[in-house]
Amino acid sequence: MTFLLTEDQEMLRDTAMAFARDEMPVTRLRQLRDSGANGVDAETRQKLAELGFFGVIIPDEPGGEHFGLVGLGQVLEAQGRTLAPTPVLQTALIAASALQLGGSAEQQAEWLPKIAGGETSFALALDETAHFNPLGVATEAESNGQGYTLNGMKRYVPDAHHADMLIVAARTFGEAGDRHGLTLFLVPADAKGVSIQALHSVDSHGAAHVTLEDVMVPESAIIGALDKGADVLEPVLDRAAIGQAAEMLGSADAAFEMTLEYLNSRKQFGQLIGSFQSLQHRAAKMFTELELTRSCISAALSAVDEGKPNVAELASLAKARASELVHLVSNECVQMHGGIGMTDDADPGLYMKRARVQEALYGSASWHRDRYARLAGY
Amino acid sequence: MAYDESVDLEQFRAETREWLEENCPPSMRTPMKDDEIVWGGKREKFKNPEAKLWLERMGEKGWTSPEWPAKYGGGGLSRAQNRVLQEELRRIKARPALFSFGLWMFGPALLEFGNEEQKLRFIPDIVKGKTRWCQGYSEPGAGSDLADLQTRCEDKGDHYLINGQKVWTSYADKADWIFCLVRTDTSVKHEGISFILFDMESPGVEARPILLISGESPFCETFFTDVKVPKDQLVGEVNGGWQIAKRLLQFERSSISAGGFGGTGGSGILGPEEYAKMHIGTDSEGRLIDGDLRGRITDHKMHAKAFNLTVQRQAEQAKAGQQVGHTASILKYGAAKMNQDRHELLVEALGTEGLGWEGEGFDPSAKKVTRQWLRSKGNSIEGGTSEINLNVISKRVLGLKDHK
Repeated sequence: MTFLLTEDQEMLRDTAMAFARDEMPVTRLRQLRDSGANGVDAETRQKLAELGFFGVIIPDEPGGEHFGLVGLGQVLEAQGRTLAPTPVLQTALIAASALQLGGSAEQQAEWLPKIAGGETSFALALDETAHFNPLGVATEAESNGQGYTLNGMKRYVPDAHHADMLIVAARTFGEAGDRHGLTLFLVPADAKGVSIQALHSVDSHGAAHVTLEDVMVPESAIIGALDKGADVLEPVLDRAAIGQAAEMLGSADAAFEMTLEYLNSRKQFGQLIGSFQSLQHRAAKMFTELELTRSCISAALSAVDEGKPNVAELASLAKARASELVHLVSNECVQMHGGIGMTDDADPGLYMKRARVQEALYGSASWHRDRYARLAGY
Repeated sequence: MAYDESVDLEQFRAETREWLEENCPPSMRTPMKDDEIVWGGKREKFKNPEAKLWLERMGEKGWTSPEWPAKYGGGGLSRAQNRVLQEELRRIKARPALFSFGLWMFGPALLEFGNEEQKLRFIPDIVKGKTRWCQGYSEPGAGSDLADLQTRCEDKGDHYLINGQKVWTSYADKADWIFCLVRTDTSVKHEGISFILFDMESPGVEARPILLISGESPFCETFFTDVKVPKDQLVGEVNGGWQIAKRLLQFERSSISAGGFGGTGGSGILGPEEYAKMHIGTDSEGRLIDGDLRGRITDHKMHAKAFNLTVQRQAEQAKAGQQVGHTASILKYGAAKMNQDRHELLVEALGTEGLGWEGEGFDPSAKKVTRQWLRSKGNSIEGGTSEINLNVISKRVLGLKDHK
């Protein structure tokens, strides 16, 4: 395991950081929100595609070199700093990973270049209740002779309101709660029977409820093996949790810097408020948490690239700690800004709203703590 | 013996392996026993005779301090060779030959600030474990505000005369020499402190052990009454001791966070989840029945894992020449919290089994937990309190300003 970036990854990080700062600052999210775009930003998506950010884990030639999840983590951290709504996590990480881990040669040949080129965007339609519960899928996929017929409803699917393709987790055997009997399907978002209800979420990134009503897909739409979708889904969700955590690290880092700047400029009682010890100690504790969490995320990203056996453990560690971190830092960011922090004009509120969404996606801190304990055998 | 950089590392490994095979006694390859730890010095009794042999052999090679210069008795190894040596020591599960404040704290500072004569005089005996050092820092009126120390050091022409009192002096009753902060100028604060060395057998030195809540006495009150010290035993400039003191504190904080908390820790002690399984029980799926405790244990284990990963990350970054900033304070703060949380959870998981003090009727390892739990309360006080460490982080790392 290494905590250091290669020269190429370092350059990718610099590019991603500069792009986030110059081309998608927090004011961009405000513009999108105020114009009612609901997190849809075709212009930025195009620029991200030109920079090659959708192909970070996809080699030019099969088996060729790429930047790895460590590289993609740098891109996600950068976009987290400015709360940018982009399809990178859903498309460049989740869909690309699902296809790489479970896709047939034909599926890979068809979709990976389109992902890398930024032509096609994806959304993973998984949860059916208000809480992350991958094995709780009840959406039915019934064999109909030529293929499968899907019926069910997916709640709060990130990016589903503007994705071209859906990856739908459905049940081909057993019942909700069973690991065996899950199957993953590729479904065009405009297929007959798919209805997408756009949601206006608190973070202004948007999401959608997806209803599947007698949606017909061919057998070739299956990613991985019939009934054994969990074998693909679980490692994909670990990567998603790690990628989400990397994005959260960026958000926490930026919210913390904003808070420090305020502590070093706002005066009360003739003093900089940052000179008050009660605030200094809270800042120092936040910084300590940031540094500890940075190590977890870095370790988790590189464990994936190195094919380490403890990826699941590190994914839960990274996501649980990142969730606690953004929770703490976003709350303190609002509090330490005082009345300003309560205003819509200031940014702390945006970081806090986004934090709660980030915390909920791909398993909350308590979900991951529970799994961490299970993996450790107690 | 000094090795040339060009000597192939693999050859060095082969030689080292062969040497260890011949020279590391069998009992020194078994897990450390608390009462066989060697602190060296004139009064070391060596409960295990093989520990004496092991120290002599390692000391002769300079391998108790592998990277220190050979001319002061150190191993003279390069960073890369030392890594090989440590790997080979771990491979045979060799015990550390010597525990020593001289190795961890005083030696590194003296190498940086001492003059040639002082280094030649004191360093070799640290390497060989012949002199045991103690640290004269805190005073009854100078704890967190260490620079307020008042122990007087007067220039009497051909010698210095020292009067005052230190407290929390670790193992002062067992040490041969002391490195001590003294006041050489009363008109200024930080700029009036000097760093001086003297023999604990000097007339006028008295060390009295302090009984702690854990029932142990690792610390002393130390009194100095008209102690005469030769002038060549002052390190650095007169009134220039504070710089040395601060540097030495960094070495101390690093050695504490590297695992030196409250003795040598956990032999025979299980993790909190294991005691909880034993004393509380699990459900049909193997989960702890007490869900709240289970969550808190997990939170702690995650914190501990994050801490260890951070130590690794910073070591890697330092090795690659990257700036890691004032990380010692961050790690010291994190290590204290981690160790205290762990012991609170251990006692909680043990239930009444964790509340024994002495005598029969309790599992011996549980009684050890109880004592260590009490001892761990000092972790956030010694070597700079957690509050002082948070001050250091907020001011030196985050750049927050002082109150006007």
